[in-house]
Amino acid sequence: MSMKESNSTLNVQELIAKNSNRGLLSFVEKLMPKLLLAIAVVSVLTTVGILATLLFETYTFFTRVSFWEFITGTEWYPFANSTPTYGILPLIVGTLKITGIAVLVAVPIGIATAIYLSEYASFRARKIIKPILEVLAGVPTIVYGFFALTFVTPILRSISPEVSIFNAISPGIVVGIMIIPMIASLSEDAMNSVPNSMRDGAYALGSTKLEVAIKIVLPAAISGIVASTVLAISRAIGETMIVAVAAGSTPRFDGDLTGSIQTMTAYIVQVSTGDVGYGTTIYYSIYAVGFTLFIFTLIMNMLAQYISKRFREEY
Amino acid sequence: MTTTVKPKIQVPEKEKESASRGSVYQSNQLNLWYDTNHALKNIDLDIKENEVTAIIGPSGCGKSTYIKTLNRMTETIPSVKTSGEIIYRGKNILEKGYRVEELRTKVGMVFQKPNPFPKSIYENIAYGPRIHGIKNKKILDQIVEKSLRGAAIWDEVKDRLNENAYSLSGGQQQRICIARCLAIEPDVILMDEPTSALDPISTLKVEELVQELKKEYSIIIVTHNMQQAARISDKTAFFLNGEVIEFDQTDKIFSNPSDKRTEDYISGRFG
Repeated sequence: MSMKESNSTLNVQELIAKNSNRGLLSFVEKLMPKLLLAIAVVSVLTTVGILATLLFETYTFFTRVSFWEFITGTEWYPFANSTPTYGILPLIVGTLKITGIAVLVAVPIGIATAIYLSEYASFRARKIIKPILEVLAGVPTIVYGFFALTFVTPILRSISPEVSIFNAISPGIVVGIMIIPMIASLSEDAMNSVPNSMRDGAYALGSTKLEVAIKIVLPAAISGIVASTVLAISRAIGETMIVAVAAGSTPRFDGDLTGSIQTMTAYIVQVSTGDVGYGTTIYYSIYAVGFTLFIFTLIMNMLAQYISKRFREEY
Repeated sequence: MTTTVKPKIQVPEKEKESASRGSVYQSNQLNLWYDTNHALKNIDLDIKENEVTAIIGPSGCGKSTYIKTLNRMTETIPSVKTSGEIIYRGKNILEKGYRVEELRTKVGMVFQKPNPFPKSIYENIAYGPRIHGIKNKKILDQIVEKSLRGAAIWDEVKDRLNENAYSLSGGQQQRICIARCLAIEPDVILMDEPTSALDPISTLKVEELVQELKKEYSIIIVTHNMQQAARISDKTAFFLNGEVIEFDQTDKIFSNPSDKRTEDYISGRFG
């Protein structure tokens, strides 16, 4: 017995026709894309606005300080009373010290973690380690800053008396710790997406687990791994709180890591929280420094995109 | 209708000298479980060297599982349990302490879907010899050429050895995988439905290749395609529900099977 016969009063097509409200539906259908576009435009406009402010104030700065002095000068003494100097290289060197140390810490640990999680870890181990990594990624950077200042720095000072309270090594290490989860989790994603058939092919030739991980999976996932690293570097370049708390505020153009330094971000914090008057050259200098920082991270992000396209091992 | 359906599959004439050949593989009372699913039941098979042994049967009969136990690829699935023995060249490979890497160096495998590494053609072939310690560039060059010739693909790829293997067609990729396997000169080649993802012309090429390779290697091939089994194999094993129903000379299986179920399967009543 079919449904139609069992209940002659029930006609689904009729019910659908009765309940449909085509007019309202098509109005919402037409309105929705416009609404969503408007919302999307908000973020685009914000970006444009920030960029415009940055450009405008940076331009004002360069009407007072020569562009050449800014990009080649090795002395950054904006607070000097008689002749302030605005050579950004010491700040860039400070940023590179922090970034370099962070990369040295984070890349080996991050990639090793990714290899372990993707190739070796049991289901149980992964279930424990991944959330811990995510917690690490969620710690506020000010907490990392105090961790550097009150935990890592004293340890370093007990190892070597040359290390001063404010130095590059301690915040460098801690910025590295901060970006480990980023490298580990993005690299693990890249390695996980390598098809198992490739691992099988390698195992069937008598490869050990390590050979499969290092010679097959790692190269196949290299574009994702490099891209994650570049993104993490960009994050390290822009990191502010850790260096503001633990790296000091001495702009220096040298290779010393044990003494106080200053990064681009830390300088911006120093000026923003100080009592510098609106319209002074120092005030405008933070925009120029901010713009330089923006260029750095922009290049890094573009590099990440380029690498993930260019070095993809096709499969 | 009660007339017996005579199998329509033609088996080409083959030399019969297998009695004098030695065994490569002997499975004795082999059982395998995926968790509680009993996938292989008391398998006894004696596979001879320098022959092509085909394994046929409907989907889910355990034929792929069986061939994967022969190089212990089933171990990649954590829930697998086995009992019984697989004797390869006199040693039980399921015994604790048998180095699986050593076994897989002797027993190559070609998979259902071509799975070259995302590297150049050259690197695909050189991978095996490299991980086993062969580093000399001149020797590697020779191995690569010999293996590609052995897999009948040298002429097609000799001018593009540095291109990514994924730039080749599916059939070419599969022959690259065969060449990759030949590069370490194994003793046995296991083939798990090697032509199921290929077009008819590529299939034909791979089948011709199997005939050629049989002179130097022992080949065990799982296939869905009964005509293929009839064309290329010397012996055929028919699997059903995890059991070996019949194992005999291929012409015997296809012309005069002893078991009713074998006859039903090869005449197309099921499967």
